[in-house]
Formats: sequence, structure tokens, C-alpha cells
Amino acid sequence: MIKFQNVSKCYGHTAILKNISFDIKQGEFVVLIGPSGCGKTTTLKTINRLIEPDNGKIFIDGKDITKANPVELRRTIGYVIQQIGLFPNMTVEQNISIVPKLLKYPKQKCQEIVQDLLALVDMPYEENAHKYPTELSGGQQQRIGVLRALAASPPIILMDEPFGALDPITRDSLQEEIKRIQKKLKKTIVFVTHDMDEALRLADTIIFMNNGKIVQMASPEEMLQNPADSIIKSFLGKHMDNGNGVPKLFAEDFMKTKVFKVPRTSRTLECIKLMSSKDVNSLVVLNDDDTYLGTVSIEDIKALGKPGKEIAELVTNDVITVSRKEGAQIAFDKLLSSKSNYVIVLNDNQTVAGLITRTSMAKALGEALWGEVL
Amino acid sequence: MSGALLEGILEHMAIVSIAVLISSVLGIIMGIIAYWVRFLDSVILWVSEVLQTIPSLALLALLMIIFGLGDITMIVGLVLYALLPIVSNTYTGLKNVSPHLKDAARGMGMSKMQRLFKVEIPLSFPLIFSGIKIALVNSLSVAVMGVLIGANGLGTIIYRGIQSRNMMNILMGAIPVVIMALVFDFGMSKIEKKLIKRTK
Ligand SMILES: Nc1ncnc2c1ncn2[C@@H]1O[C@H](COP(=O)(O)OP(=O)(O)OP(=O)(O)O)[C@@H](O)[C@H]1O
Ligand SMILES: [Mg+2]
Repeated sequence: MIKFQNVSKCYGHTAILKNISFDIKQGEFVVLIGPSGCGKTTTLKTINRLIEPDNGKIFIDGKDITKANPVELRRTIGYVIQQIGLFPNMTVEQNISIVPKLLKYPKQKCQEIVQDLLALVDMPYEENAHKYPTELSGGQQQRIGVLRALAASPPIILMDEPFGALDPITRDSLQEEIKRIQKKLKKTIVFVTHDMDEALRLADTIIFMNNGKIVQMASPEEMLQNPADSIIKSFLGKHMDNGNGVPKLFAEDFMKTKVFKVPRTSRTLECIKLMSSKDVNSLVVLNDDDTYLGTVSIEDIKALGKPGKEIAELVTNDVITVSRKEGAQIAFDKLLSSKSNYVIVLNDNQTVAGLITRTSMAKALGEALWGEVL
Repeated sequence: MSGALLEGILEHMAIVSIAVLISSVLGIIMGIIAYWVRFLDSVILWVSEVLQTIPSLALLALLMIIFGLGDITMIVGLVLYALLPIVSNTYTGLKNVSPHLKDAARGMGMSKMQRLFKVEIPLSFPLIFSGIKIALVNSLSVAVMGVLIGANGLGTIIYRGIQSRNMMNILMGAIPVVIMALVFDFGMSKIEKKLIKRTK
């Protein structure tokens, strides 16, 4: 889908990209990682011709991109930047529909696109479409940044540290969203980061760069098992056990961050409604300060609950909790020995980070053994 | 008398508005060219700066040689004189639009024109507007000199007052100039504040 052939770029006498070659397949999620200044952004920007290489060729779908009109080329490639880059003079709707409008889609179609996309990230159209970017939180702004890149359904999306400026919790949920969107819409994504956690979590293939060269291009599992260079090892850091090559994994690496939570003051009926609409049979209950209180199951509500009662009365503490930095093995042991079929993962401040279910554990083990399983 | 005053005010306003309108169009275009064509920026800014350092009386005298006596000369003089704040604010505004936004606009496939009209001008408009405000307020007082080159406006009333040593007349010509300047400054500053809100 995207092919780099001996691409080089110099600024003055400094070589920034040195003879880079690689292939990216259709539908692949590729993460470019490496130390600051190694040329990640430069590589990314050569793909949409914001930067022209001095030497070498880049092909998209077999076509040399220098043969295409750069303005038209860019309309077929989504682009998300770290600074979000929403236009402050335009509403959410106007921002999202920029490329569709450049491509002269009819008005009706543009509006449909905006509606569909906002629904994709659970931001209702009526509530959000006419807001200006400053009226949104950082996480919401970057969601819109991502949607804007998706608007004209480009097959390729370039993302330059899109989640770098976000807090860890927002970043987690956006990572999950982008992965889900990528699978659902079958996009080819080239994603720049300097966060190895993010790379391991998102990538089908990681390209590790240093000093304008590719040090290693491999799947996350392979990179963990056979890092090609000491600099990669230092990036893998906590994921490695002292040099014996066995990756060290933590509870947080396997957890699902999509957890259905309710405040302790919710009523029994609301909880039942939520459970049936989300198709789950228990909920996590939070204290007023968002810390973890306990869980409540549908059986308990049915057996003991009275309509209109606060849910706090029915909360139990049977479910085991682990901290997100707990070793994966310990978390698994706890899960296997517990009555319930999941364990809760807590942040250091006792708020809920996610949960590990038997299914997510099995999937993680399967991935460790056989690579990505769906 | 009040008929003459009203006429003076209207003529004054007309001359200044026409001049500032022309100057805005010219100034914004020059600002855009300076922004687009790298090697022209210093030339364009230099020219508009030099124009403003010429004493207004000398500039008007020079123009009188070319255009003769009358309103046209005054308008041309005001246009030249008002150019600097508009050109330099346009140039600075366009130049200072956040590079990330320019990058995003380019990366999304906007052409140079589309970037200018959809992103760069809207985002620098508060500064451009403030340049126009400065030009307008300055021009209101410079236009008083029109009387010396045979143009109409409030200058005529002031000049007549000076000649007949009639303080009343001088004030009657001068006070409307001051009031107009204050009103425009106040009103346009308010609008400017509103405009800034949508560009941050
Ligand atoms: N226009 C330019 N002129 C000169 N040098 C440049 C220019 N753009 C980038 N560089 C240099 O090229 C090198 C690579 O830059 P690039 O932005 O690709 O790095 P990066 O890997 O994205 O780094 P970071 O993680 O800090 O974003 C850097 O050393 C940078 O200073
Ligand atoms: Mg970068």
C-alpha cells in the first residue's frame, strides 16, 4: 500500500533520513517510534508531501506520489497532528467537514458524515456539532481531530503523536477507540509516538528509528522477544525482564478500559436499565470522589433490591482488585482463584483503570503464543 | 451655521471613509503579497513605513503638484498615509497564525487560496481590523489639513475660525473631529474584542 524506496532527506549538510526503505500493507497499523529528532515526523510528512525527499521514491498503491498533484493527494490521506490543529474559527461540524467540502460533496452528505462520525465516538450531534473547539475538553478536541481525518474516508491516515498531550486516562480510552475504528473501517494507519506502551498496544508492526535510519521493523511480540539493538531494549524498559528476553507484562497491559461505572447514589432501576442496554450483568460502583467502592450484580439487585433504592446498599466486595503495575502473572493467579469471572484494575489513586476478564486473559495468552488473534 | 457644520461633518466622513476603504483593500492585498512572496516583504513594509514618515503636509504638497487642488488629492494622500498600519497588521497577522494550524490546513489538502481565505485571513482578521481602526482614527485628524489643498471637510470650518479669530468656529470644527475619533476608536475596539474570541 505504502512503499518507501531508499528515501533520503538532508537539511543543509545534516542527513535527517538516510536511505529508508519499507513496505506497509493495506489495513496495517504501523507505529513509528524512536528518540526525539530521529526523523519520525519527517518520514510521516514525506507521505503526504508536506516534505519532499531529496532522493528515493515513495509509492502509494504502486503509484509514485511525486506524479500526483500534492493538494489532491493530501485530500486522500487523513492527517492528525499532536497540537490537534482544529481551526478555532470553525465549529466542530465545520472542522469535520473540511475535506468533504474541499471534495465538493453535497451539503446533505457532509452533514450525514458528521453525524455518523460523532456517533462513532459517543458525542451526540445535537450537543456537539455547533460548539467551537475551545468549548471542548482536550480529549474531545483530539477525538474531533481524529474524526476530521476520517471524514472523507481516506484509506490512509497519518497520525503524529496524536495523544501525546493528553492525560493517561483519556489517552487509554482514545487508544482503544482508534484501534476499534481502525479495525472497523479497515484503515491503513501510520502512527508516530515515542511511548513504547502506546506502540505495543496499538501496532501491528513497529518501525523503530534512530538517527534517520530504521533499526528494526517487527511485530510488537517479535520486538519484545528479539530487540535488535540496545537502544530498543532501553525503550522497552519495564517490558523486559532483566535482559533474559522474556517480556515483563503488567496487569494494565491486558485490561479492558471500557468499564461500566455508576456512582453510589444511582438508583436500582437506572442500574438495571444500564446493564440491559450494555448487555452486562454487573457494574462497578464508585464513591463520590470516583474511587472504587465495589461491584453490584444483576442477581443481587433482583434478589434484594427495591425500586428507587440507592445502589450503595447492595454493593459487595467479592471481586478482587489489583494495581495496574501488578505483574501479569499475579493478576492471572488472582483471577483464576477468584469466584467472580473478572478482577478490577485500580490506579494508584484508587480510581478504576480497567478490568481483566477471563476472556481478555485468554486473548492475551493466545496473542503471546500465536500473535494477534481476533 | 449648523447647516454648514453638518455638511462639513458629512464631507469629512465621506473623504475619510472612501480613503480608508481604498487603503484597506490596497493594504490587505499588499500585506498578503508581502506574506506570500518572501523577498518582497521587506520592500513592501519599507515603502509603507517611509510613506508614513513623510510629514503629512509635505506629502499633500507633493500630491497637489500631481493631482491639483481638491478632494481627490486629499483622498490619495489619506490612502497613502493610512497604508502602514493596515499593511503591517495584515502581514504580521498572517505570519503569526499558528504554524500547526497552517500545517494542518496544508496537510488536509487546502490550496494556497483556500488556506488564505478559510484559515489565515479569518484567524488574523482581528489584527487586520485593528489596523483599519488605527488608520481610520488617524485619518480623521489628518483630513483636517484638506483645507490647505482645497478639499472639503471640517478643516474648512476650523480654518475660517482661525482667519476670523473666532474661537467658537474653531471649536465647532475641532470638537466633531475629536468626538468622531473617540466614537470610532471605542466602537471598533469593542468589535475587535469580540472578533478575537473566535480565533483563540
Ligand atoms: N525545516 C528544518 N530545517 C532543519 N532541520 C530540521 C527541519 N525540520 C526538522 N529538522 C531536523 O530534523 C531532525 C528530525 O526531525 P523530526 O521532526 O523528523 O524528528 P522526530 O523524530 O519527529 O522528533 P520528535 O520526537 O522530537 O518529534 C531533527 O534533528 C530536526 O531538528
Ligand atoms: Mg516529531
